Amino acid sequence: MNFSISGGLIIALGGILPALAIGLIGSKAMEAIGRNPESSGRILPAMLLSMAFAEAIAIYSLILAFLK
Amino acid sequence: MFSFQPEVLFHLGSFKITNTLIDTLLIDVVLITLCVIITKNIKIIPGIFQNSVEMVIQMFYEITESVAQEKAKKIFPYFMSFFIFILLANWSGLLPGVNSIGFFEDGKLVPILRSATSDLNTTLGLALVSALATHTMSIKTVGLKDYISRYFSFNPMNLFIGFLEIISEMTKIISLSFRLFGNIFAGEVVLITVSSIFAFLFPLPFLFLEVIVGFVQALVFSMLTMSFMAILTTPHHDTAANANSGKY
Repeated sequence: MNFSISGGLIIALGGILPALAIGLIGSKAMEAIGRNPESSGRILPAMLLSMAFAEAIAIYSLILAFLK
Repeated sequence: MFSFQPEVLFHLGSFKITNTLIDTLLIDVVLITLCVIITKNIKIIPGIFQNSVEMVIQMFYEITESVAQEKAKKIFPYFMSFFIFILLANWSGLLPGVNSIGFFEDGKLVPILRSATSDLNTTLGLALVSALATHTMSIKTVGLKDYISRYFSFNPMNLFIGFLEIISEMTKIISLSFRLFGNIFAGEVVLITVSSIFAFLFPLPFLFLEVIVGFVQALVFSMLTMSFMAILTTPHHDTAANANSGKY
């Protein structure tokens, strides 16, 4: 098994900000549900959609890490 | 390490038949069989199967109606078709036998079936079809003049915005295809790696994660297509004129 340092660096650096973004989205969604528990049926799909967008950036860097 | 390109099984003349193509054909056969079975035995008082299918379709139709109010009838077929196809394609990589049964060639295993959306060709084709359908529907709904005025205009500010819109169309296609491809391909790599460490009971949480990821990615692709269709079928000159005349 051969390790590649550049591949590891690509995914490590490329995953910092998407992870932060997903955490922020989740925390804001939790706050909103906490203030108004009835609206969780409308907040939840929007939160999942936003998380998929933010995760896509990390996926781009994952693809480049596989290439190395 | 794991090949991005799908493995070629055999050639039909000069056309290469890959294992992802065979998986696509398999999904098509399953879907068409299901459709034929449901529509041939349609009843006023439904049985369990027809009932569940109607429930799912109604749920998604309500989602479509909340985004695109009166154009939902035109947009819904695309939304549902993309969703069902991509869902089955994502989940087909989790079936036992897919990605594991194959033959050896040059010392590497060539599986006979491989999940259809783990191939960049498939996802790029889906994204191109989605973009083409969106633009065609936009031209048909709002007319050629309004469609062109969204991208080209004599007002220099709108010209710049139109140029950015053209670029954003390209990035939409790239991001749609790469998001789906990346998620499913990375999931495949994770499953292969985990199964090669210890193949019993250990891959269970990863399989569960892949089930969820497959569902979410199918939903994201379809909902994005639906949102773009809803945006592009609302007339452009209305918003600009109303904003300038200070109606708000």
